[in-house]
Amino acid sequence: MEKTVFEKSRPGRLGVMPPESDCPEANIAELIPEDMRRGEAPPLPELSECDVMRHFVNLSQKNYSVDTHFYPLGSCTMKYNPRRNEKAASLPGFTDIHPLSEDKDAQGSLEVMHELQNALAEITGMDAISLQPAAGAHGEVTSLFTVSRYFHDLGEDRNIIIVPDSSHGTNPASAALAGFKVVTIPSDADGSVDLKALKEAVNEHTACLMLTNPSTLGLFEAHISEICRIIHEAGALMYYDGANMNALMGIARPGDMGFDLVHINLHKTFSTPHGGGGPGSGPVGAKGRLAAYLPGPRAVKAEDGSYRLQRAEKTIGRVKMFWGNFLVIVKALAYIRTLGGAGLKRASQAAVMAANYMRVRLKEAYHLPYDRMCMHEFVLSADRLKKEKHIHALDVAKGLLDRGFHAPTIYFPLIVEEALMIEPTETESLETMDAFIEAMLDIAENESSESLAKAPETLPVTRLDETKAARKPVLQWPQ
Amino acid sequence: MIPEELKYTKEHEWVRLLDGGIAEIGITDFAQDQLGDIVYVEVPEIGRKLTKDDTFGVVESVKTVSDVYSPLSGEVIAVNEVLCEDGDSFTPEVINKDAYGEGWIIRIKVADPAEIDTLLDAAAYKAVTEEEG
Amino acid sequence: MSYIPHTDADVRKMSEAVGVSFEEAAYAAIPEELRLNRELELPEALSESDLLDYFRKLSEANRRFEGGSFLGAGAYRHFIPSIVETVISRSEFLTAYTPYQAEASQGTLQTIFEFQSLICRLTGMDVANASVYDGGTAAVDAVLMAVGQTGKKKVLVSMGVHPQIREVMETYLAGSDIKLEYAPLSAQTGRTELPEIASDTAAVLVQNPNFMGIIEDGPELCRKAHEGGALAAVAVNDPVNLALLKAPGAYGADICCGDAQPFGNPVAYGGPYVGFLACTQKLMRRIPGRLVGMTEDHDGKRGFCLTLQAREQHIRREKASSNICSNEALCALAATVYLCAVGPEGLRRSAEAGMRNAAYFRSRIAEAEGLELVFAGPHMNEFAARFPKGVAEEFNRFLAERSIQGGYVLDGVYSGLEDCMLLCCTELCKKAQIDAWAEAWQAFKERQ
Repeated sequence: MEKTVFEKSRPGRLGVMPPESDCPEANIAELIPEDMRRGEAPPLPELSECDVMRHFVNLSQKNYSVDTHFYPLGSCTMKYNPRRNEKAASLPGFTDIHPLSEDKDAQGSLEVMHELQNALAEITGMDAISLQPAAGAHGEVTSLFTVSRYFHDLGEDRNIIIVPDSSHGTNPASAALAGFKVVTIPSDADGSVDLKALKEAVNEHTACLMLTNPSTLGLFEAHISEICRIIHEAGALMYYDGANMNALMGIARPGDMGFDLVHINLHKTFSTPHGGGGPGSGPVGAKGRLAAYLPGPRAVKAEDGSYRLQRAEKTIGRVKMFWGNFLVIVKALAYIRTLGGAGLKRASQAAVMAANYMRVRLKEAYHLPYDRMCMHEFVLSADRLKKEKHIHALDVAKGLLDRGFHAPTIYFPLIVEEALMIEPTETESLETMDAFIEAMLDIAENESSESLAKAPETLPVTRLDETKAARKPVLQWPQ
Repeated sequence: MIPEELKYTKEHEWVRLLDGGIAEIGITDFAQDQLGDIVYVEVPEIGRKLTKDDTFGVVESVKTVSDVYSPLSGEVIAVNEVLCEDGDSFTPEVINKDAYGEGWIIRIKVADPAEIDTLLDAAAYKAVTEEEG
Repeated sequence: MSYIPHTDADVRKMSEAVGVSFEEAAYAAIPEELRLNRELELPEALSESDLLDYFRKLSEANRRFEGGSFLGAGAYRHFIPSIVETVISRSEFLTAYTPYQAEASQGTLQTIFEFQSLICRLTGMDVANASVYDGGTAAVDAVLMAVGQTGKKKVLVSMGVHPQIREVMETYLAGSDIKLEYAPLSAQTGRTELPEIASDTAAVLVQNPNFMGIIEDGPELCRKAHEGGALAAVAVNDPVNLALLKAPGAYGADICCGDAQPFGNPVAYGGPYVGFLACTQKLMRRIPGRLVGMTEDHDGKRGFCLTLQAREQHIRREKASSNICSNEALCALAATVYLCAVGPEGLRRSAEAGMRNAAYFRSRIAEAEGLELVFAGPHMNEFAARFPKGVAEEFNRFLAERSIQGGYVLDGVYSGLEDCMLLCCTELCKKAQIDAWAEAWQAFKERQ
C-alpha cells in the first residue's frame, strides 16, 4: 500500500520553488480585500521533490498499461502509442504557444490543424472536419447540436434520436443532453439493426439514427445502405459513431456508406495515448449542407498559402474554449504521416485479421453468439461457463489479470449476456495473442468459481469492496 | 418470497394497504435480488402528489439503477427515514435484508381507491417473476 | 511503417486458422459497392527522422516571443517543475486506459483520488470529480447541476465570466429550456453588479477573479444568490490564485468549477487542459463524471475504485447525469504532481509573484502618457488597460517587432472596451520585460 501524499506530508518541508519576482515589493495582503483573503496557506501536502518523484513512480507501478501488458479492451483500441508522436507534440514551438496568439504568429499550429482536418476528411469521406471536441462523447453531443440547429433552420420539428440497443451508452446520453428524446430499437438475430423495427420507429419526428459501424459486436452492418435509405427517405440524418473506425481505414468510408455526420476518436484509431482516461480528442465531420454548422473556429488556408482561424457560416458556436486538444491533434497527425494511406489500410487489415484469429481460436471454449467474420473486435459470452461452473465474465476478467493480461471489456454490449468484448489491435504479436488465448482456455478448463472468487491474488490489492465505496462514499482524504 | 396479503405491479413494486386509506409502497424481494447490493435510494419529498405510474424514486446498486413507479395515485405522507442519505440512520441495505418490512420506501394517502383493483395479486405477480427470472 | 509485428509466417498462420487471406479479411463482411477501391489520398509516409524534421519545422513556424508575453485571458503560462513531465511520461500512466479494472489500476485510481482531494482543499468544497474537458464545459456542468437540483430554469451569469465560457454555455443550452441572463460589470470597479435575483433563478454564476482580473466580492454575491433562492456557482479563473484567495466553499459557493491548466499544463495552443468541478456534500449525487472512492479489498487492505457509477452513461444511458466518458486524466495527473511538488509555500510564492509583477506593471501603466487602467476594483495578476482610440491592435504589432507578445485586445469581445487590452503577469514575468513594454509604448507614442 502506498500512503497518500497527505500522510507523507510534514509541516515545513519545502518542495520545488517557483522563480521569485524581481519587481519592487508590494503589500500583497493590502491588495486583496479582507473578506476575500485566505487566512492560512491552503492545506496542500508538504513534500520534497524526491518524495514526490518516488510517490508517483511507485504508484505508476501499480498500473497495467499498453506499454507493460496486453490490453485487449474491446471498443477502446488499445494499440501501441508511438513515442515519436509524443516527441513531436513536446516540441517547444507547440507547447509554448498561447491559444490567443494572432494567426500570423501561429502558422505552424494552424497548418497542423489544417493538415489533420484534410486527412480526416479523406479517411472518413466527409466534406469538412472540426477538431474542437475534446473526446468521443463530446463529438457526439456536438454533432447532435448540429442536427438540432439544422432542422431548426429548416423549420422541421424533429425531436427523436434512434439508437440500437447495442449502442454505446454515450449515444443516448448525448442525445438527452442535446435535448432529444431517445428511442431504442432492438437488434435482430444476426446482431444487426432490425430493419422492421427501424421502419416502425422512423417517422416525421425522427431527427437522426446514431450508429456504430462496425457495431459494438464487431460486426459490419450488412444492410447499411438500406438503413441509410430508410432514414434519408424519412428526411432524417445518419450519424456515425467512430469508436470502431480502426477496422475501416482505407477499407470503407462512412461518407460513402451514406452517413451525414461522424465523430472520430483520435485516442483510439489514431494511436494517441489514453492517459488513464484522457485527454482524448473527438473531431467531428459533416457532409454537404451540414458542414456550415460545424463548431469552431477551424483552420482554413488562404490563397496566399497562409492559414487562419475561421468560423463556419452557420456555426453552432463553440463547444470548448479555444480550438481543440491541440497536442493530441499533433500526435494524430504524426501517426497519419508515419503510416500514409497504404499504411493505414494495412493497419486496419491487420487489426481485422488478428481479431478473427482470436475469434476462431476461442469460439469452442467460450460461447460466440454471432459466429461469422468479425471486423476489428468480437464479443464472446461466458454464459455457458456461468451455467455449468458458475464462472461469470467478471471472474474471467480477474483471472486474466492474475495471468498478466488486462481484461477485455466486460458486460458490454448489453445485449450479450456475460459479454467479453475482445479487441487485440494490429500492434500485438502472434505470440502475445497466443499466450492470451492459452490463458483464456486455461481459465475455461481449469478454474472453478471458488478458485476464481479470490482472483486477482497477484496484484497490489485483491477484489475491492465496491458496495462499501458506494454506500458511504469517501471521495477525498479527510482534512 | 411473495407475501399473499400484498398487492403488486409488473414493475416489481409492492403495496400494503393500511388503515385510513393509506398505502405503503416498496420494491419486491425479486427486484432487490436482481439489483444486488443497494447503495442509495432517491426518495420523494413529503407532500408530493403522485399520479399512478409516475416515477417517484430511484433505487441504485453498485452496478445498476432502477426507477420506482407509483402503483397508485396519491400524496406522499411518509418516507422511510433509513433511506434518507442525510440521516444518521442511512442504511439502504434494509431493502436487501427485508424488502417487505423494514425496507418500505414511502407511504401515500390513496387518492383513488378504484385504482387498487388494477394491481396484481400474489399469484399473478409470481407469474411475472417466473417469466422474467 | 504501420507498427505491425507480423512476419509472413504469422500472417500465414492466422490466415489458415481463419480460412481467409490477409488481403481479403477486412473486406469479407463489407458489401462490394461500399469498399473503397483506391488508396487513400494522403501525403506520403515519412520515416521517423523525416517526420520529426517535418514537425520541428512546423513548430518553428510558430512565433516565439523572446521578450516575454503578457497574454493570459483564460490560458496561463506558469512555471512547470521538470518533475511533472517526467511523471506524466511514465508509460504506466500515459498508456493506461480508464481504471475500470480497479486491481490493475491502483496507480491511476490513487492519483485521481489525490487530485479530487487537492481540488477540495483548494476550493473548500466537499466533493470534486476526476475532471471534465475544460473550464468551459465545467461551467456548463455547474449550470446543469443547479438546474437539476432546483428544478428552476433560469441562470444568471456575470459578464465577468470568460467570454468563451459564456459562448460554450450558449451553444450547449441553445436548444434547451434553460435561459441564460447576464449581470453587467460595474464600469467603475469591474465587479459584478447583481440585479434583484428572481425567484425562478436556479443559479448565479460568477468568475472569481473575473475575466478582467478583478477580485469579486464573493461572500456578498453568494449571499445575494442564496437570498434569492438560487445556488451560488463560482468559476475560478487561474486557480493558482486560490493560494491567496479565500476558498469559494468558505464564502458560500455551492458549486465551484474552473480550469486546472495553470497547474503544470502548458498553454499548448489551447489544449489539452483540464476542467475541474466541485460541489457541496448535498449535491454529491448531482455531480457528473467519474469519481474515485476509497474502500478496502477482501483482506481489509486500503484500495481505490470508481464509485457512484450508476449515474453514468454506460449504466443509465439517456437518464445519465452527463454523457462524459473520456476526461482529462493525464492533465489532472500533471496538476496533482504540480501541486504536490510546489506545495502550499510554492503555490503562495507563485501567486504573490504574479501579483507583485502585475502591481508593478500597473504602476508603469498609470504613469504612462495616454494609457489608463480601466477598472478601480481590487486586482489579482491580470488587468485591463485603456489605449487612445484605435491604437491597441497597432501597438501589439509594434510590440511583436520587438519580440514582445502584448495583451488580449478586447475589441469585439466587450462593447465599451474596444480600445482596451487585457494584460497578465505570472511569476514567469520579468521586470525587464515590463520595462521593455513600457519603453515600447513611449517609442510608439513618439513615432506617432
